[in-house]
Amino acid sequence: MAIPLAYNLRNLAVRKATTLMTALGIALTVAVLVAVLALIGGLRRAFEATGNPLHVLVLRKGSDSELVSNFTRAMYQDLKFKPGIARGRSGEPLASLEMVTVINLPRVDSPEGMNVTLRGLLPVGIEMREELRLVAGRWFESGKREVVVGKSIAARFPGAALGRRLEFGRGSWTVVGIMDAGRSVANSEIFADLNQLSADYNRSEVLSSALIRAVDPVAVQALINDLSSDRRLNVTALTEREYYERQTVSGAPIQYIGTLVAVIMAIGSSFAAMNTMYAAVARRAREIGTLRVLGFSRLSILSSFFIESLLLSLLGGLVGFLLVLPLNGMTTGIGNFLTFSEIAFDFRISPSSLIWGLLFALTMGAVGGLFPAAMAARKEILTALREF
Amino acid sequence: MLRHLPLILKNSWRNRRRTTLTVLSISVSLCLLGLMMAIYHAFYLREATPWQARRLVTRNRVSLAVPMPIYYRDRIRQVPGVQEVMASQWFGGVYKDSRDPNNFFARFAVEPEKLFRIRGEIQVPEDQKRAFLAERTACAVGRPLAERLGFRLGDRITLKGDIFPVNLELTVRAIWDAPDNNEVLYFHWKYLEESLPPARQSLVGTFTILAERPEDATRIAETVDAMFRNSTAQTRTETEQAFALSFVAFLGNVKAFLLSISAAVTFTILLVSANTMAMSVRERIREVGVLRTLGYTPQSILAIILGESVLISLAGGLLGCGLAAALCTAVRNGPVGFPQIRALAVDGGVLATALAVALAIGILSSLVPAWGASRTSIIDALRHTG
Repeated sequence: MAIPLAYNLRNLAVRKATTLMTALGIALTVAVLVAVLALIGGLRRAFEATGNPLHVLVLRKGSDSELVSNFTRAMYQDLKFKPGIARGRSGEPLASLEMVTVINLPRVDSPEGMNVTLRGLLPVGIEMREELRLVAGRWFESGKREVVVGKSIAARFPGAALGRRLEFGRGSWTVVGIMDAGRSVANSEIFADLNQLSADYNRSEVLSSALIRAVDPVAVQALINDLSSDRRLNVTALTEREYYERQTVSGAPIQYIGTLVAVIMAIGSSFAAMNTMYAAVARRAREIGTLRVLGFSRLSILSSFFIESLLLSLLGGLVGFLLVLPLNGMTTGIGNFLTFSEIAFDFRISPSSLIWGLLFALTMGAVGGLFPAAMAARKEILTALREF
Repeated sequence: MLRHLPLILKNSWRNRRRTTLTVLSISVSLCLLGLMMAIYHAFYLREATPWQARRLVTRNRVSLAVPMPIYYRDRIRQVPGVQEVMASQWFGGVYKDSRDPNNFFARFAVEPEKLFRIRGEIQVPEDQKRAFLAERTACAVGRPLAERLGFRLGDRITLKGDIFPVNLELTVRAIWDAPDNNEVLYFHWKYLEESLPPARQSLVGTFTILAERPEDATRIAETVDAMFRNSTAQTRTETEQAFALSFVAFLGNVKAFLLSISAAVTFTILLVSANTMAMSVRERIREVGVLRTLGYTPQSILAIILGESVLISLAGGLLGCGLAAALCTAVRNGPVGFPQIRALAVDGGVLATALAVALAIGILSSLVPAWGASRTSIIDALRHTG
């Protein structure tokens, strides 16, 4: 026979102060964990949303990132007519030659500035990125020093607002448009005309990479195999999605430290929960004796105290969610060592991070409740009744 | 206060399980707090060594990834107060297999004859130094790095280029010691330069400047940057420490991260400790009545309860600092990407701050229950049923 749940709930309610303080301790621990998971979740989402599964990114062999890759115009001409590349609206192959570099933009909270990715591309490159939408202004014109900035750039760097001028290369470039790239990392990039940009950087022949679209998913693998084994081209080909997935490692240090902190805090909170539950058992010795006299078994005493501890931690977990909720959707930036630039993304509290947080809280409750509950169950009826 | 010490000790050891759990709980939290403070300290508050204070780094204002013309070196050399200028180029590249993070280490192409003058703290045997200087394909490796990857004098190292379209064949000719920044491989910039296609020659990523006196550093930085303000490649010059910190900024807003975690941790300890003190005081109201009957004043009762709480949290604090020191050692010796982490330690400042936090928590957490207990009238206290 089980002891009714209402008994535990009332007990928690009677010791308001103790219950709240213990629950708050657990809540803060859960909040730290969920915040870290939300950070990593947001970063991962930004990268995952970027890759089109039909897109293949071609880099010079041995290059890990577009920034360090070299790709010549001659290679591009060879590549363009490989079989399996889809055709665009005008009948031209969907193959975009691109140049990637980084520039430094100052920001209010970091006067030394942050690096952001600057990408030079041809009209076909914009056509291929179907998720791109202009939210203000217009696209850059070829042969002019004009740029279109991602919406995170426009929001985070006052110097990159519509109509402002940026100094890089051999002159000053006007921000003529702001683009919304859905959730993809292009929100943290600046786009400019490939020919003008490469001329400014003295790199007219040697650019960075090529992005191509395969006709169908089967052709993706065929293209990758074809390109990787082409001795003359000497390139690495991988799907765009895979390329960006690899970059989620930028979040690894924060994820590592954050999880470590949450686990250490959890150990502390379990001890606190244990303390509270031991006190609860000690205070209710006579009640336990009475319950036993009424015919409740040792097992039901054990499970009752155990459940009470779980309820306590559940309360903590829920309060923890409330604490981190304001973080959801907040924008933050993290540096990417592969591209040497900053990526802006939103904290995202996903259902799975909430489930992890809840499991985490319940674990603390279980660890903290098991020993006190066992002690309660072991009490002899007579001694329990005699205690006060 | 001292008069009550035996009573305080007895009281705090009465409920052993609770005291142990509380001390453990506080120590775990304070260990975290200590670690966070140590990281903060290592990153932001460390004093520059005499050599570091004299060194500046110049790079392209646009980005580290964009090089500057090599002739800048001679113009920087002209700036008054500059003792030496060295071209220094980060050579990314791949050693063996890039998927194993252990194979990653810093590789710089430098001007070898200037290296030992600019990094004066480097200790290297004279014969090895001469061998390194004499051979164009020689390289010099920091001792911890050599030990980690098993490099010995005469070993050949192949670096596959990624930023640069060349593969380099290097021979280890020197193994050097330095107190910091010692997991680095240096090789001849000339060797890199010769291997490159003409379009990419005569360019360099950074210049390391050695000032005659540390006081000149700011002025030199301003002069250098002003000198190139109207050229195609504008520069940014900063002290070596500030330059190293700009990489930490890459991890995101590290300061906010450290501070918010520290705040959450401190608040948690306060809760835990306040909870425990409230519980133990509540159980002892009757005793307080007895003590009052025996002639203890409300002030002594307040002192006894506060003392117990402070004792417990200080014990937790000490244990926590010990744990933090152990954790720092573990992190310091692990594979880390930031040279600053090598300086991670619980030093006097961190220890003092952590103990001050423990003391404050001990007082704050017991203030309310202690005050309440000392104010209860004798009759009420004696009548109290826990």
